[in-house]
Amino acid sequence: MTELANLTIAEACDRLAKGEFTAVELTRAHVARMESLRGLNAFITETPDRALDEAKASDARRAKGEAGSLEGIPLGIKDLFCTEGVPTTAASHILDGFRPPYESTVTANLKKAGAIGLGKLNLDEFAMGSANITSYYGPVENPWKRRSDPATKLVPGGSSGGSAAAVAARMVMGATGTDTGGSIRQPASFCGIVGIKPTYGRCSRWGIIAFASSLDQAGPMARTVKDCALMLGAMAGHDPKDSTSAPMPVQDFAKALSGDIRGLKVGIPKEYRPAGLAEEVAAIWDKGVEWLKAAGAQPVEISLPYTKYALPTYYIVAPAECSSNLARYDGVRFGLRVEGKTLDEMYKKTRAAGFGTEVRRRILIGTYVLSAGYYDAYYAKAQKVRRLIADDFNRAFETVDVILTPTAPTPAFAIGEKSDDPVTMWLNDVFTIPTSLAGLPGLSLPAGLSSDGLPLGLQLIGRPFDEETVFRVAGVMEDAAGFTARPEGI
Amino acid sequence: MAYTLQGETGDWEVVIGLEVHAQVTSSAKLFSGAATEFGADPNTQVSFVDAGMPGMLPVINRYCVEQAVRTGLGLAAQINMTSVFARKNYFYADLPQGYQISQYELPIVGNGTLIIDMPDGTSKHIGIERLHLEQDAGKSLHDQHPSKSYIDLNRSGVALMEIVSKPDLRSPEEAGLYIAKLRSILRYLGTCDGNMQEGSLRCDANVSVRPKGSTELRTRCEIKNVNSIRFVQQAIEYEARRHIEVYEQGGTIDQETRLFDSGKGVTRSMRSKEHAHDYRYFPDPDLLPLVLDPAMVETIKAGLPELPDAKKERFIRDYGLSAYDAGVLVAERASADFFESVAKGRDSKLAANWVMGDFFGALNATGRTIEDPPVTAANLGMLVDLIKDGTLSGRLAKDVFALMLETGKDPATLIEEKGLKQVTDTGAIEAAIDAVMAANPDKVAEIKAGKDKLMGWFVGQVMKATQGKANPAMLNELLAKKIKG
Amino acid sequence: MSLDKSAVRSIAELARIEVPEEELDHLAGELSNILTFVEQLAEVNTDGVPPMTSVAAMALPMREDRVTDGGYPDGILANAPGAVVLRDSPQAPAQGGFFTVPKVVE
Repeated sequence: MTELANLTIAEACDRLAKGEFTAVELTRAHVARMESLRGLNAFITETPDRALDEAKASDARRAKGEAGSLEGIPLGIKDLFCTEGVPTTAASHILDGFRPPYESTVTANLKKAGAIGLGKLNLDEFAMGSANITSYYGPVENPWKRRSDPATKLVPGGSSGGSAAAVAARMVMGATGTDTGGSIRQPASFCGIVGIKPTYGRCSRWGIIAFASSLDQAGPMARTVKDCALMLGAMAGHDPKDSTSAPMPVQDFAKALSGDIRGLKVGIPKEYRPAGLAEEVAAIWDKGVEWLKAAGAQPVEISLPYTKYALPTYYIVAPAECSSNLARYDGVRFGLRVEGKTLDEMYKKTRAAGFGTEVRRRILIGTYVLSAGYYDAYYAKAQKVRRLIADDFNRAFETVDVILTPTAPTPAFAIGEKSDDPVTMWLNDVFTIPTSLAGLPGLSLPAGLSSDGLPLGLQLIGRPFDEETVFRVAGVMEDAAGFTARPEGI
Repeated sequence: MAYTLQGETGDWEVVIGLEVHAQVTSSAKLFSGAATEFGADPNTQVSFVDAGMPGMLPVINRYCVEQAVRTGLGLAAQINMTSVFARKNYFYADLPQGYQISQYELPIVGNGTLIIDMPDGTSKHIGIERLHLEQDAGKSLHDQHPSKSYIDLNRSGVALMEIVSKPDLRSPEEAGLYIAKLRSILRYLGTCDGNMQEGSLRCDANVSVRPKGSTELRTRCEIKNVNSIRFVQQAIEYEARRHIEVYEQGGTIDQETRLFDSGKGVTRSMRSKEHAHDYRYFPDPDLLPLVLDPAMVETIKAGLPELPDAKKERFIRDYGLSAYDAGVLVAERASADFFESVAKGRDSKLAANWVMGDFFGALNATGRTIEDPPVTAANLGMLVDLIKDGTLSGRLAKDVFALMLETGKDPATLIEEKGLKQVTDTGAIEAAIDAVMAANPDKVAEIKAGKDKLMGWFVGQVMKATQGKANPAMLNELLAKKIKG
Repeated sequence: MSLDKSAVRSIAELARIEVPEEELDHLAGELSNILTFVEQLAEVNTDGVPPMTSVAAMALPMREDRVTDGGYPDGILANAPGAVVLRDSPQAPAQGGFFTVPKVVE
């Protein structure tokens, strides 16, 4: 049954429709892989029984002619999405035992489309991290290994590390991710898969545990551009329960993959080539430009002058919002409670025991930058610079249709590396954060392997709500790259 | 007379600013679809949003926005076409999200004015600093368990308008008049029911004192959550005297939040709020700026009712009422409407006297409300007509009114049934006078000797003999003629 | 901006997170580094730039004033540690109930 797990979502949809196999068979194949690859620690909660029940129901729906767009497709859900009756942890000790009595809009949409949930995927605690090493449930291992050093365990990237690892290891056909500063794109790059952070407002945030509300956005992670297009079509849509959800029609994204990008102008920002950028990353980027040229697109050098300020801006805005969003984890209504003699003592003990180091660090920074006397110097300043960063993109999109950059400055690194200094770790997101601050769609696709055999991703950035152009260009690049490599042994 | 407090060192003036929290009369909460009804079982009117569950998001109730605009217009205030919701961050057991969604830098309503009418007939303009929308917190119950507080989130998320006055009030009396007037306007507008017992209207008072004649603003203390006008006044007076005492003993006042203990009539420092406050306000990223549609504001403006000040002026002008009477009648829109139905096309002063006298007395005595009156406006109007055309004397009218209360019947029917028509026949009245005079020759002699006081006694005796039906004016005239004549 | 131990202590107090005394020094150093990093924004001229509170270019949507939610105390209290749930019998749906916290003295 292993070959079933190697199919793309598009292929599986097709063959399920033809009756070549059932959703139950497809699900069993993936449950088997989920169980045999537990060592990667990609899942926090496995729900195989539930998945098989859903698969049976899916086959029954298909028999009645009521198949949805993702009918019978086994997916993994990042454990930041609330799922009714299924433990939801955000990879934090503080949500111990929490079973939401409600289902997030995005996962409800996927269910409505017929998708099957295999379980809840590991992540950085509250999605704060770039290596999936801050999870209370332990780090996730990247299925990819260095050719020169196959024994060293590498990080899958983060925060959607469990999602990326599970997709790359064929444990799921696709997974949901969330992206606040690169949490879909950077792990997609590290694990050799495709992931898109859609435009802010494209997917409802209702029922997704909040990290930084003005930046958080859900998106799909899968092995092909088309699979991501299919998944996003099911996940997206206006939700009146989220005041920031855009009342925009959802296009047929898969249809946008026409293969024709002749005459399209592709921006190549010069600020994304900082001194010290890994040579092979620069090389794969150049290669990407050549592919686009060959397909009839026109590369245009552009300037996004405020790029270097994106990281410090993000590390004020995101912690500030997180310090407030995480105030509700207080031991009163759900999750962990550490008793105390007074209410304040209970709060302090509960939150000290419940939050890990990175989360605590960000809450403290966020609390500080919002506090009396510092608000203007930090938070208000960052919001102004954020506008300048967004304006950079607005200006660029007056002349270009899409922007091409590397996704991350390096390939996957070892678990334990870069963890001494938080700021060094944050540099992972230097190419993805500007897009998040501007709320634009950004897609990462695998473009090739490093000399040591690790996947390298390229990022395509589009205009607001123009995911179609992003998908179209990504489709062309995917064909040109011909990325067929798999992790050793998968 | 300006309100002053005498201290050991001289006279002091009190400076008061009020923050009134008025619950918007909406069916559902400000940011969730849970109900707002008072008195439900604990935690039954709570949605996942109100409980601050992970991943929950706020969506604003349009009606609450409209009511805030309506209130702003009613206070002659500036309406801010763009306003912003901000999070006020603090930890408390009944604050589930760990922040209150409120408005900070850009409230929906800016500067306005409220006029209070002083008992001496003068009026005073009190500045309104702002009005903003915010969500209420839940309720902590401290008396249910020896070592635990219980939390009920039914109130959590209910829409409040916080209406902040400028520090323009100078006495407990002014504070009381301000609250009463604000309550009256809110009820006219229908934006808040003004029920202080149920907590729909609560007040925080900011109090400071300064030596009489000084213009400085000294450190103020905030007295939280006082739920009656009388308590607000008591709390202010106590707090002002406390400040004076501290200053006169060479001490200083710390800016702090205090609680009024209505049982003891004192204020005391709130222990639960002793942490230095730093609310870390910032714009709520779950909500976008609130941009008002000018057409919506215009529609609301066009639909505003006549408000107490305008109505009072009209009652004085059109009905010839005294400022005091007009003020009493317009305090509640329902009494004003009732009065107008009674007075329309009739003797308005007579109508006012009856509405404010016997009718209000009857409301008190029966415990009924003006919305469900024991005597209808139409029947009371008819009574006024019957007095005016001489069918009933004032005395008889009181009897008829009592019967109206008892039976609910209209006065004409009652007069017919009970034969209560006034006697205006000169002959009948003269006969009655003659009979009383004949029976009391000694008293007649005394009057003739100059003891005028006895005239009243004679009137009473004749009235008694006619079962009160004698027309009083005619009786007086005839009696004077007969005895003195 | 360099934070000292006492500053970290008061931030932690504000955030209601207990930080052991022996961790304060290390944390102060770490947070100071982060602040130094983000302070490079000071060099950006932002005169006349309006702050960006949201990237969503739309007006705040509003809902109608209708009761559409609530009425499920079971769901509200299901995850609460130490909740007191009021019901007629163990199987009956909750009629209401309370969250509980250590007694607060006003």
